[in-house]
Parts: sequence; structure tokens; C-alpha cells
Amino acid sequence: MEHETVKAELNNGVEWIWLNRPDKLNAFNEQMGDDLQEVLKESERRPDVRCLVLTGEGRAFSVGEDLSTNRATYDSGKPMLLGEVIKKKYNPIVGRIRRMEKPVIAAVNGVTAGAGLGLALACDLRAASDKATFHEAFIKVGLAPDSGTSFWLTRILGLGKALEIGMLGEPIDATRAFNLGLVNWVFPEGELMMQVTKIAEKLAKGPTKAIGLTKRAMNRAVVVDMDSSLEYEMYLQDIAGRTKDHIEGVKAFFDKRDPNFIGE
Amino acid sequence: MGYETILTSKLGNVGIITLNRPQAMNALSTKLVAEMISALSEFEKDDEVRCLVITGSERAFSAGADIKEMADMTAVQMTMTGHFFPLWDKVGRFPKPIVGALSGFVLGGGLELAMSLDVLVASETTQLGQPEIDIGVMPGGGGTQRLTRAVGKYKAMEMILTGKRIGAEEAKTLGLVSRVVPKEAYLLEAMKVAYEIASKSPVAIRLAKMAVNKAFEMGLTQGIDFERELFYLLFASEDKEEGMKAFMEKRKPEFKGK
Repeated sequence: MEHETVKAELNNGVEWIWLNRPDKLNAFNEQMGDDLQEVLKESERRPDVRCLVLTGEGRAFSVGEDLSTNRATYDSGKPMLLGEVIKKKYNPIVGRIRRMEKPVIAAVNGVTAGAGLGLALACDLRAASDKATFHEAFIKVGLAPDSGTSFWLTRILGLGKALEIGMLGEPIDATRAFNLGLVNWVFPEGELMMQVTKIAEKLAKGPTKAIGLTKRAMNRAVVVDMDSSLEYEMYLQDIAGRTKDHIEGVKAFFDKRDPNFIGE
Repeated sequence: MGYETILTSKLGNVGIITLNRPQAMNALSTKLVAEMISALSEFEKDDEVRCLVITGSERAFSAGADIKEMADMTAVQMTMTGHFFPLWDKVGRFPKPIVGALSGFVLGGGLELAMSLDVLVASETTQLGQPEIDIGVMPGGGGTQRLTRAVGKYKAMEMILTGKRIGAEEAKTLGLVSRVVPKEAYLLEAMKVAYEIASKSPVAIRLAKMAVNKAFEMGLTQGIDFERELFYLLFASEDKEEGMKAFMEKRKPEFKGK
């Protein structure tokens, strides 16, 4: 399926997804929200997609909400009803990425700000170009965090650093992002896609069901108490124990060979 | 026995009824209701069956009444057929315990059916609600009464007046479902609960179920008196002898339902 503002291509089990409004630094208008939701939904459904990579076309990952589409409202001085935008666009996207039982990687190719940062943080893993910059930019335009950024920043960075970044909105360069744990890897700009391809294709050959269960366990562990987490792990392990990939993994271990996972 | 809209099976002492209209999200049609009643009667008579599990699919336990079927019915037709009343009556008075294994949509008549059961196990994907208000009617299968008793007036009002659904975790917090487990495990978990119940004395189980249900019908003093009489009655059962003896001999009891 062709989309106006999002490009998608399946390669070796990896669904590559480009936010594709480069002249707008991949800012989200309504169309891009709808397109991304459709692409994510389709990728989640298709069994041949075993890993997703989200990235941006051009020099930005995404600068978040396209404020210029609401120029008329802002010029009129009327209040903006942002709650609806979040409910219809960003929350479903972030929720779908977190709940999807497949690994999702953000290849942060350049500037990422606001809801764009929310999108990157919603992904399971983040690889950044050394030219990438991260902006929790809401405060700069008189807004509070959205798209899950307050949730993920407090969990990744702790309350102290999260508040610093949220209240001051200072840009974070790739090196600092790596030192803070905001990204998993930083690669030279020219190498980013090659390195991400390696990681993504490795994940796409992984035991997808077990990767999905790992994601569910971790998602839950950040929001519940220890006993609930232990109980949930027990159920998930029971499920993992019944997968074909588990049997294959153990056989390969006994035979001292590489496992051939099928994702089931 | 062959049914079209449900599947029945028996595993050990547990009978299983699976709602099976996947194309219609297990909507409760006249046919399905009739088949449920018939299956329940079979399991009621079957002495091997000590506990039931009622379930649907991972996507939907039941999305409610079959609206296509209901749309053209008149008030007189509804009155004269009793619509689903025979099912609510059958499930509500069923003497053996029934575990509901819920997943996906549990809406309208689906939730009313679930609330007629005794123990509810839910998959984490479960969404429960009484959305009748959205199509210009209201719950008609006990929803206003059972939901209010289960979660209290204010939450019941919110759900029934706005049609808003709640998720599995919220339902657990409200006490509507007793366990929430991963979507792959809800049926297995419900079966475990059913086996656990089936391993107890069928006589004690039957009277205990009756006593708990009476809590909604009787005043406290009457209820406690009623409970005490049932408790004394159990001292006439062989299972009581076996249970207490096994306890003292530090072994597992074998209950016969006598």
C-alpha cells in the first residue's frame, strides 16, 4: 500500500518505515499520523515482518507536531484543543509500538523533537547518528510533555534528569544522549543505516515470539510491583516454553550449532 | 451432541462450553441461546461433571446480543418469547459452579452472561462494558442489577449511562474478575480454577454456591441463618467424613459427592 507521507519497504524480514515529509523535517500533520498508524497496523499483522525500523527521510527524524498546519487558529488567538490531537494521533501510535510483539528500532538520523522524541522513546531500541539531536521541546512553546515522553524519560533517566530536560528543554547531542542512556548506540552519520541493518536483520532472525514476550515482561515490570512482575514472568515463561523456537534453541545449544528460529 | 453455534466437551470432571460464532464475535442469537440451554441441561444431568467452564474466543467472549436479529423485533415479540430470559434463568439457577474464561470483547449481553457465572478469569486483552445505551436501549439481561451489585452504584452508572468500556486490570481492581493473565493463558488458567473446584466435595460446593448467591437476595441475619443450616446439613454427608479424616491423616481427600 502506498502512503503519501510514510514510505515502507520490507527487506529480509525487516520493515523499514520512513517518515517522509523531509521539507517539513518530518513534522506530523494529520495525514502522517493516519499513514503511520496504518503502516504500523499492517506491519504488526503480517507474520513475515519480524522487526521494524522507524527512521526519517532527509535530515530530521521528526520534529513532532506540525504547528504550521494550525497557523490560522494560532493567528486568531483562539485556544488550541491539543487533547484531541494526542488522543487520536500520538497516543494510539505510541501505544501500538509498545504493545506490538515485535522488536521496533528507531534509527534516529537527525533532529528529533517533541512528539518525534516520544516516537523514538516508544521504540524498543534506539540507534542514533552522531549528528542527531534530541529536544524535549514542549516547554519552549509553552507546553507540557506528551506522547509518553514524561513516562519514558522518568524511567530511563530518573526523575532528576527528566525534570531538568523537561523544564529547560535544552537540546541533547548524541554523545550526551548515549551517556544518559537515551540511546543504545551512536554511529557515524554515514554508517548509521548499515549498522542498523545489521542489528535489525539479526533481530528479524530471532525467536520473535520470545522477543515479544520479553517486551511484554519489561513493559509490565516498569509499572507493577515485584510480586505481580514475578507472577507475570511465570505465565510468560510457560508460554515461551511451548514455542517451537524454544525447542530449536535448546537443540541447537546441545548440538553446538546456531539455532534456526522461525518466530513461532 | 452436535451444535451449530457452540462447542461442548468434557475434560475429566470439567464440562466446557465454547461460544462458537466467530464471524459474529459470538453474538448471542436465538439459536445460540437455545443451544446453550440445551448444553447446560446435559451437563447438569451428567454426574461426572462437577464444574463448567464457559468461554468464547481470544477475540471475543461475546460482543452481546445479535443486533441484526433483534432490530426488527416488537415489544410484544420480545415479551412473548422472553427473548434471552430462559438463558439467564438457566445460568442464574445452575446448581454446579461455572468458571467464565474471558478474553477480548465482553459486551452487553456478553457481560450479562459473564456476570451470571461464578468465577471470572480474564485475559489481559479483555474489554468489558454495557454499551446498550449507544443503540438507544439499555441492559435487559440483568446488567443494571448484576453490575451494580458487582462494582457499586457509581461505577455501574458510569458504565451503563456512557457505554464506556473497562479493561481487564480495572475490572480486577473493581472485583469483577478475579484473575488477569496473558492472552495465551486465560483458558488454561480458567481450567485450573475449574479443576481445583472439581476436586472439592460436589455437595459442599453446591451448597456454598447457593449460600453466596443468597447474599444478594436475603438480609444479613436471614442469610447467616440460611448459611448455618446448610453448614449443619453438610455434617450428614460422606464427603464431610472423608474430608476431615483425610485432613487428620495428612492425605488428599477423595470426594464422592455423597
